[in-house]
Amino acid sequence: MEFDALLLSRLQFAFVIAFHILFPAFTIGLAMFLAFCEGMWLKTGKEVFKRLYLHWVKIFALAFAMGVVTGVVMSYQFGTNWAKFADLTGSVIGPLLGYEVLTAFFLEATFLGVMLFGWQRVGKGLHFTATCCVAVGTSISAFWILAANSWMQTPQGYAIDDEGKFYATNFLEVIFNPSFPSRYVHMMLAAFITTAAVILAAGAWQTLRKHQQAPTRMQMRLAAMTLLVLMPLQIAAGHWSGGVAHHYQPAKIAAIEGWWETGPDQATVLFALPDEDTRTNKFEIAIPGVGNAIMGLPKDEVIQGLNDFQGEHPPVFIVFWSFRIMVGCGLALLGLGIWGAFKWWRGTIDIPGLFHWAAVGGGTLGFIAVISGWIVTEVGRQPYTVYGVLRTEDSLSPVTTGQVATSLIVFMTVYAIIFTAGVVYMIRIATNGFDDKPTAPPEVERRAPGSPLGSVDDKAEVDHRGGSGTSEDQE
Amino acid sequence: MDLPLIWSVLIAVSVMLYVILDGFDLGIGILTIFADDDAERNLMTATIEPVWDGNETWLVLGGGGLFAAFPLAYAIIMPAFYLPILIMLAALIFRGVAFEFRHKAVRRPTKHFWNGAFGIGSLTAAIAQGFILGGFIQGITVSGRDFAGGTFDWLTPFSVMVAGAVVIGYVLLGSCWLYLKTLGPLHDGSRKWARRSLIGVFLAMAAVSLATLSIDPRITARWGLTMTSVDFSKLIWLLPIPVFGGACMWGLMRDLRKVSGAPDWRPFLLAVGVFLSGYIGLAVSLFPNIVPFEVTVWEAAARDNALTFMLVGAVVMIPVILIYTAYVYSLFWGKVKPGDGYHG
Repeated sequence: MEFDALLLSRLQFAFVIAFHILFPAFTIGLAMFLAFCEGMWLKTGKEVFKRLYLHWVKIFALAFAMGVVTGVVMSYQFGTNWAKFADLTGSVIGPLLGYEVLTAFFLEATFLGVMLFGWQRVGKGLHFTATCCVAVGTSISAFWILAANSWMQTPQGYAIDDEGKFYATNFLEVIFNPSFPSRYVHMMLAAFITTAAVILAAGAWQTLRKHQQAPTRMQMRLAAMTLLVLMPLQIAAGHWSGGVAHHYQPAKIAAIEGWWETGPDQATVLFALPDEDTRTNKFEIAIPGVGNAIMGLPKDEVIQGLNDFQGEHPPVFIVFWSFRIMVGCGLALLGLGIWGAFKWWRGTIDIPGLFHWAAVGGGTLGFIAVISGWIVTEVGRQPYTVYGVLRTEDSLSPVTTGQVATSLIVFMTVYAIIFTAGVVYMIRIATNGFDDKPTAPPEVERRAPGSPLGSVDDKAEVDHRGGSGTSEDQE
Repeated sequence: MDLPLIWSVLIAVSVMLYVILDGFDLGIGILTIFADDDAERNLMTATIEPVWDGNETWLVLGGGGLFAAFPLAYAIIMPAFYLPILIMLAALIFRGVAFEFRHKAVRRPTKHFWNGAFGIGSLTAAIAQGFILGGFIQGITVSGRDFAGGTFDWLTPFSVMVAGAVVIGYVLLGSCWLYLKTLGPLHDGSRKWARRSLIGVFLAMAAVSLATLSIDPRITARWGLTMTSVDFSKLIWLLPIPVFGGACMWGLMRDLRKVSGAPDWRPFLLAVGVFLSGYIGLAVSLFPNIVPFEVTVWEAAARDNALTFMLVGAVVMIPVILIYTAYVYSLFWGKVKPGDGYHG
């Protein structure tokens, strides 16, 4: 394997997109959670929902900012490193990204200002509307980006002109391409589940550290119920997605399952080290005779193996193992959901115990599942950018190895710095728990209109007036 | 309907909105380097915290819109500016997260770090944008459908000059925004910053304009000029652009006197006028090239059906975006006071 501009560009794209997806995956779910909390507060008037909102919105602001800055990078990657891809497919997927900016990015970014800074300037109803705009914006954004990405997986509604450029024959077919519905549902559920796992972990940590308060108890219950309800749906959505992939991208499924030989009655491989040199699985542990049934196919149906796609199939080891990591995380989160619901039913969910340690550990599982899931789907699309039509090696910009090596190192350094800082700040807020003091209702008119959310805490506002060093005192 | 023409105007307008809106954000970021203390720095950032995110989105529309409407231009321009774009993105990342992180840092060194990241990040982003603009104006080497120049083609004395002009221009916008949004010592300070940067902007714009006129004979001809003669029938139509810019500068200089009696919003508006004249002057010079001087907007355009499909969205959404953006700006209208700003 040679570290040329192509491989480095692929590594760079994989790195910046995987890093970026962490934040949308979290903020899509968290925005919904915030909208839920604020809505419940308006409806029931219960203090606990307001405290949850004011607490989690601080974390949301951090995660959202990191999502924005890493997202701006993405809108330039296609041009800087994948110019051939951009030139050839621009008339098909360019408009989808254009719609994403027009219908989602502005909505999120603009109303985020109201959400964070608007407490004193708008009424409760309007503030809730702003929160909802942000939440809806994140979901619309996912809609368009999943449409564009799914078209790359299962292209349709297009033709190619005599210069080799793609153009759309039907944009509805482009958007609602075969893999889009299942993949959109799968991703949205993944976002909700990821967020629920984080909220559960934060609540569990507060419980273990004896910082437990009313919002802690509420968030643990909400998160556990979310996992319990959504994880089975997510397994179904994943199965749906797999079925679509089997139909349109059989090589990807063969890599996921570790099937080399074409034939009926495939096995389900639980463990193996797929080896592309010998084109076999080493140390294989498999259950014979159930592979077809899991795919929902009759036992005698012939399923194509990787050997039918020599030179046309993705790297097997990465796809095979990423899939297993994703499924493992998902099952663990399902287990946490069941366990949490059981403890709630038994009335022991607020008593520190093994469950809480497990929940703390589970806080990262959603992120790991999201990233490994994206590796399955994106590496599984190789060696193509547009599946079956445009090869990755034909998509590259005229860039030099030196340029891409430089940019990759810069991105890795910059992201390492902001990731470390961002995660430290988020964890600090999440684990510190809720303010002990009862919060003043934000609608109270103050001397300085537009005072910060944080200044609902009177002491903090005094400190603000005092000048420097404000945030230390708030922490 | 000439769709590529419509889209070139739309993209030009969104890049212009980016330059103006994030221009004052970045200008304020640069000015934080010179802030006396953290209290002043907090006050400065409080004037932009609720809106910076929306402002930066115009950059995404500029980049994304170029990809969607002019894929060929996108495919040539982005590799041509590989390094300055990388620098710009890295700088925007630091300054973007610093909006939040500088309030979250507890220990003094990390607080210093994020304050620095905010100021230096803003400055670096402005410089990188200046290099991209300078490199763009001076032309891009193209062969077939690919960028065919070198890694450092964008780095020339001309682009260094443009980078300087962009920085000083952003500082002008930023200080006029501060003048509009603050009271007390910062209000006075921003007036002084604005006056000083205005002199710089005047010199820089004059220099860049003259250099641009001499960079390619096609630009010179567009303005009806040659080395020896002036074609007034051409020049007369374009002359209002620099005259308008000059008038804005003159008005700005008057409004920024110590006792001018001018309303606080007027310097910012006039500074925007200065930017508009420069921007429109460049656009007129380069049109219809979208990759100077190699590819026109018609050659680079996406398929008509793609442009139509997006135009439907743009016609509906851009007014909506402008309305809610204006609403949010009006919501946060008025002077900021100590204690405003950070949300927790």
